[in-house]
Amino acid sequence: MSGELRILPVAFTARRPQRMIERHIVAYRRQWLIIVSGFFEPLFYLLSMRAGLGNLVGKVSVAGTQVPYDAFVAPALMASSAMNGAIFDSTGNVLHRLKYARIYDAALATPMSPTDVAMGEIGWALLRGQLYSISFLGVMAALGLVQSWWVLMALPACALIGLTFAGIGFAGTTYMRGWADMDIVNTATMPLFLFSATFFPAASYGSWAWVVQLSPLYHGVALVRAANAGVWTASILAHIAVLLLVSIIALSIAARRLDVLLRK
Amino acid sequence: MTESLIVARQLVKRFGEFTAVDGIDVEVQRGEAFGFLGPNGAGKSSTMRMIGCVSPVTSGSLRLFGLDPATHGAQIRRRLGVVPQLDTLDTELTVQENLWLYGRYFDLSRSEAKRRAKELLEFAQLADRADSIVDHLSGGMKRRLSIARSLINEPEMLLLDEPTTGLDPQARHVLWDRLYRLKQQGVTLVLTTHYMDEAEQLCDRLVVMDQGKIVAEGSPRELIDRYSTREVLELRFTAGTNEALAPQVQGIGERQELLPDRVLVYADDGEAALAATHARGLQPESALVRRSSLEDVFLLLTGRTLAD
Amino acid sequence: MTTGAFRVAGWHLALYRRLWRMNLLSSFVQPLMYLLGLGVGVGALVDRNSASGATLGGASYVAFVAPGLLITAAMALGAIESMWSVMGGLKWQRGYHGIAATPLEARDIVLGHGVWIAVRCGLSATAVAAALAYFPDTRSWGLLPAVPVAMLVGLSFAMPIMAFSINTETDGAFAAIQRFVIIPLFLFGGAFYPLSQLPVGVQWIAKAAPLWHGVIVARGFTTHSAGALWAVGHLAYVVAFAFAGTTLAVRNLRRKLYS
Repeated sequence: MSGELRILPVAFTARRPQRMIERHIVAYRRQWLIIVSGFFEPLFYLLSMRAGLGNLVGKVSVAGTQVPYDAFVAPALMASSAMNGAIFDSTGNVLHRLKYARIYDAALATPMSPTDVAMGEIGWALLRGQLYSISFLGVMAALGLVQSWWVLMALPACALIGLTFAGIGFAGTTYMRGWADMDIVNTATMPLFLFSATFFPAASYGSWAWVVQLSPLYHGVALVRAANAGVWTASILAHIAVLLLVSIIALSIAARRLDVLLRK
Repeated sequence: MTESLIVARQLVKRFGEFTAVDGIDVEVQRGEAFGFLGPNGAGKSSTMRMIGCVSPVTSGSLRLFGLDPATHGAQIRRRLGVVPQLDTLDTELTVQENLWLYGRYFDLSRSEAKRRAKELLEFAQLADRADSIVDHLSGGMKRRLSIARSLINEPEMLLLDEPTTGLDPQARHVLWDRLYRLKQQGVTLVLTTHYMDEAEQLCDRLVVMDQGKIVAEGSPRELIDRYSTREVLELRFTAGTNEALAPQVQGIGERQELLPDRVLVYADDGEAALAATHARGLQPESALVRRSSLEDVFLLLTGRTLAD
Repeated sequence: MTTGAFRVAGWHLALYRRLWRMNLLSSFVQPLMYLLGLGVGVGALVDRNSASGATLGGASYVAFVAPGLLITAAMALGAIESMWSVMGGLKWQRGYHGIAATPLEARDIVLGHGVWIAVRCGLSATAVAAALAYFPDTRSWGLLPAVPVAMLVGLSFAMPIMAFSINTETDGAFAAIQRFVIIPLFLFGGAFYPLSQLPVGVQWIAKAAPLWHGVIVARGFTTHSAGALWAVGHLAYVVAFAFAGTTLAVRNLRRKLYS
């Protein structure tokens, strides 16, 4: 069965991923607090950086203009929270449903396919991520950190970041043996969070700046920062291309691995 | 006119080096209650997963409703109900939500899924627990909910893998009653079990499986008549003396079988065999005459008990 | 301290043998990543700003942040080690029930777990301190006394949380503690900048928790500006949390297991 449509990226063969999303919406109606609480982590980071480091750092240059430190950090926090949310949803939660709650086993006894399940999970992660992105944007606006109307383009940019990392997270989760492996996820996410030009410009790395480009989040941060500044250059296309490429590869791996795992 | 819902020819399932199902032929007709009887590890669950179209066939051919699972998996699953060996209920959802959300996987409209969920709650005797979180249900209730969930798409054929394993006797009887009703409504039942009483209760026809192969096929009555005597005499001697005393029952009845805890004597007349045992001066601690069962058929065919 | 407590600590050690590699990695590598990312990276931004030197008491930013990370890492570790593993001992693997069937008492279980957490915090703080000593910017004799401070801070979070974990029924609250206590303290608790940068109201909240007291004492050691009495005063506040938490945890566990 994994033989069907090998030529196409498996990701595009999903028929009913929305059913998985519907299940999550019903399940989370009783756990809305968990959803709401996810919004606070990036907010705390932003407020801490704004109040605490704003004076210490002074102004930072973004696209040729000097901006306060919080205006520099905010778009990056928006991008990283899109990453963190997507990773969180597609690793721990998926591992639980895959190995312990066995929700996917039940779904696959119906016309649902492994691709439906994988795409449904990723769709859910995106949906939840957009919720956070929109609220974060609202906070940025309220704090006066928005620099142009182009900032609305940060929402699709965050969706792309979410897609990329949900794909990576899901694909990685299919290789996990148990809960202990979640430590690897945390240890792997942290350098991305810290070293994707999130808290200081890539130029600070000097001759090592190219390493930063290996981080998919770096490209996401660059997109959101460009959106907020409203300054578009050709390099934007490269950032989008990198994220699209990584997400297509990751999603294909995820769907195939799920097929292997569940249809033994 | 009969219609074969399952046709398997030389069906094989391998996991790496291990052969779980080793070339079986099976045919199940519409409206039948068909069983796979065998001990744990006989290949029953692997067979069921192939029939459920969630496990690719290694070799041989399998047709369900005349369709090939490799190319028409989703279409076949749409017409099946599946009750897996371990409940895969969604523990974060309520009883009711488990039913209607599952219906949504079959593309039922939300209102239709909720309507059927309501009916099935009655059927499963869970109407008063509709809003309970599944985690808080008893084992028997979870099993009934699993069966109810498998019926949400009004399946033509129901696959049940060890439906009553782990349940107390009362819960088992309630479950058997529900399955019997389904059969009367014309639903084809395919089940695996390692309980001979379950097989005798529910199955019109069954195959006995051992080590991936089918070793016998027929109705429960036929199998007993063909492979066993009418009655069985069960003798228990003082602990540890079974081995020593077994040779002394040689010649009584048609056949004798030495088990770790008892000696079985197969005879058409059990009482006569018991009299013969006493006549030889043997003093068993207890003696019981009973009718032959599928357990005996299995023992005879494989030399092992179902519980092994 | 009872010998029973050490036996319980030994039990934790035996469980840990299976997981230590990955755990050590996360409790050692993660603080260093923050040091590299925020300390060095943001430090470059901070140190070029001539106005910052005075706010940080003359220290470079990385030297200012380093002891803070040592202490926050202990807080995070202490908090984590007293949540799911306690619930596991009571509800999932039920190891506590196994111990309760022996002559050991609630006090032994709580103190044993406490000893174990202190050891874990001590080990990870030592590893981080060793790494800090390697770099000239963060090298200081003060790192030595900072390790026991980290252990105390770990306990000051672990023990009260343990008291809570014993009584709580579902693990949902743990994520909330992480999100609304541990992470805010990590960010606003004085590790990354002096509390004076924050509004007065927030300062008071931060000072109420034991973290800040541990951070400034550790920083006082590494920058050689700690007075003995001053340090003892702040540490007494930290110890009070650990002590109160322990008392509560023993009481809660006794009610749960032995009645």
